[in-house]
Amino acid sequence: MAIFLDENSRIIVQGITGAEGTKHTQRMLKAGAKIVGGVNARKAGQELDFTEFSPEAVLTVFGTVAEAMDKTGANVSVAFVPPKFTKDAVIEAVDAGIELLVVITEGIPVHDTAEFWAYAQSKGNKTRIVGPNCPGVISPGKSNAGIIPADITGPGPIGLVSKSGTLTYQMMYELRDIGFSTAVGIGGDPVIGTTHIDALEAFEADPETKAIVMIGEIGGDAEERAAAYIKEHVTKPVVGYVAGFTAPEGKTMGHAGAIVSGSSGTAQAKKEALEAAGVAVGKTPSETARLMREIYQKL
Amino acid sequence: MEYQAKELFAKHEVPVLPGSVVETADAARAAAAEIGGQVVVKAQVKTGGRGKAGGVKLAENPDEAAEKAGAILGMDIKGHTVHRVLVTQASDIDQEYYVSYLLDRANRTYLAMASVEGGMEIEQLAVERPEALARIPVDAIAGVDAAKAAEIADAAGFPADVRDQVVDILQKLWTVFTSEDATLVEVNPLVKTPDGKVVALDGKVSLDDNAEFRHEEHAQFEDKAAADPLEARAKEKDLNYVKLSGEVGIIGNGAGLVMSTLDVVAYAGEEFAVDGHSVKPANFLDIGGGASAEVMANGLEIILSDAEVKSVFVNVFGGITACDAVANGIVHAFELLESRGDQVTKPLVVRLDGNNAEEGRRILSEFAAKAPEGLIEQVDTMDGAARRAAELAAAK
Repeated sequence: MAIFLDENSRIIVQGITGAEGTKHTQRMLKAGAKIVGGVNARKAGQELDFTEFSPEAVLTVFGTVAEAMDKTGANVSVAFVPPKFTKDAVIEAVDAGIELLVVITEGIPVHDTAEFWAYAQSKGNKTRIVGPNCPGVISPGKSNAGIIPADITGPGPIGLVSKSGTLTYQMMYELRDIGFSTAVGIGGDPVIGTTHIDALEAFEADPETKAIVMIGEIGGDAEERAAAYIKEHVTKPVVGYVAGFTAPEGKTMGHAGAIVSGSSGTAQAKKEALEAAGVAVGKTPSETARLMREIYQKL
Repeated sequence: MEYQAKELFAKHEVPVLPGSVVETADAARAAAAEIGGQVVVKAQVKTGGRGKAGGVKLAENPDEAAEKAGAILGMDIKGHTVHRVLVTQASDIDQEYYVSYLLDRANRTYLAMASVEGGMEIEQLAVERPEALARIPVDAIAGVDAAKAAEIADAAGFPADVRDQVVDILQKLWTVFTSEDATLVEVNPLVKTPDGKVVALDGKVSLDDNAEFRHEEHAQFEDKAAADPLEARAKEKDLNYVKLSGEVGIIGNGAGLVMSTLDVVAYAGEEFAVDGHSVKPANFLDIGGGASAEVMANGLEIILSDAEVKSVFVNVFGGITACDAVANGIVHAFELLESRGDQVTKPLVVRLDGNNAEEGRRILSEFAAKAPEGLIEQVDTMDGAARRAAELAAAK
């Protein structure tokens, strides 16, 4: 088990012929992910040789997601599409009925994200969208859909959900001797598909996951809502970390969604909400890892 | 700023009062003469509370407008210097209302807010009289048509004599919101004048930076004069930099890790407080996953030119990029800076961890041995490195 992604996941890459798409297809293949094809309407029919990275990986570029799914049995897509084309790429994948769509692209106008999210809802919310502006999903030892380095750590009992890519890597590294069931980078944009709550719900239901690390940052109230969810529905131990205590009001800190507006979206409020829900919150990433280690030793 | 919001309103036919933006007292006189009658001279700064600060004045005639503009220009309002004033027709007000569209992050959709009790700070109204503020979700695909606008207007309880005008304005504001890629469109107050006309008297529009590629015309709204000079330089170099007030310059990769680095430095800085003043992070700077030598050099250059900075903390986790590449990037950054004639004199504390960390540390140690004593130090953990950087800043 693992969540969202496992050894049976068959992955296609939207934008496989672009620089990022090519680079990360290589990396995902090396990590053992089953990449079965790519999509680019203008390069349909091309065969791409990735055998250097995985012995049988000669991948066909298909004109549409629907065709790629039909010919390869793909159920997961990872999108490395430039921001101005991402909305259409997501709508296409949703129309094709893909199960999981990981949108790596950073810099998508928030109106486009709101629109494709509304579109996915109107189609019955059958596609799980992760991102945008996220590092993707990795189930170590099983599969990798996105850009999270596969060599940081192996499989284990910790589930991780985070808004931040590098803090995900940092936390996986600190707890590399224990290992992870799945790490989900949900992204730092103001509007995202899969939320902390979605991942918490899935980790709670996953028998392989024994404890959960949740990483948040300033902006919005996703962490507060996750805290309320944990209180009601999560029985597994959760350790939390929130970044941005020193962020000034009204300034966007790197991620488009990371902004304190007036008195809302502060790290302090998020920490307090999580602690009130029984979550042990670390002051620094290393302290957070230490808290998880203590919990793990008692499991 | 107000006048920019009004330009966007006017572009989409939202009714506004005639007015123009000027930068001198003489121009204010001319603008007032053109409008005729009573005018209001308003400071244009990116902050609220202009009225209380004396940045909004009524003028009876063009000469008075020039005099008021002269007094307001150059004024400091909450740290913002006034470079421009808006001269606009003065209007008697019968009623003040409030309308806005914004992004509802929690529900991943849009929200319309409206109230017939405008004029006051909306945050205050939301807390004190939540029942007076209608909140109507707006679907991103369906948008706001006449029926939806009527639903919003009726939920807020707009009276019959202005309802049609408000319904029309709500649809036009929706066009501003979507076609300009705004994350906030707010009219406060929307007013009814004594002759029964509804106009947008003051407003605010926040634009989405990510949508710049389809709005070249938005570049004119950037307030270069008011921006921090270091931030302006960083922007020219495409660096993700925010100036803060502190002594430890920060460079890291990834927005989350950099935010976290600021926090860890601030905690460490409390330990080294001198006379109650604790050491603080000087900036946010995310050099991204690649962390190339050129980006590193550009980042270091900006940070080292910050006079407040006394030490620099480079905190990189090698994820996609291996640490040896990052270490080489730092070495090349020093060479690049030297070739540009900038000698690095402030001490650097570097923490490299993750992919290929050992090789990265080896490369840096070799380089540090050749550099002046104490210029480059390596500490293996983020907490330890933050502490050392704070200590160095406090000792200076």
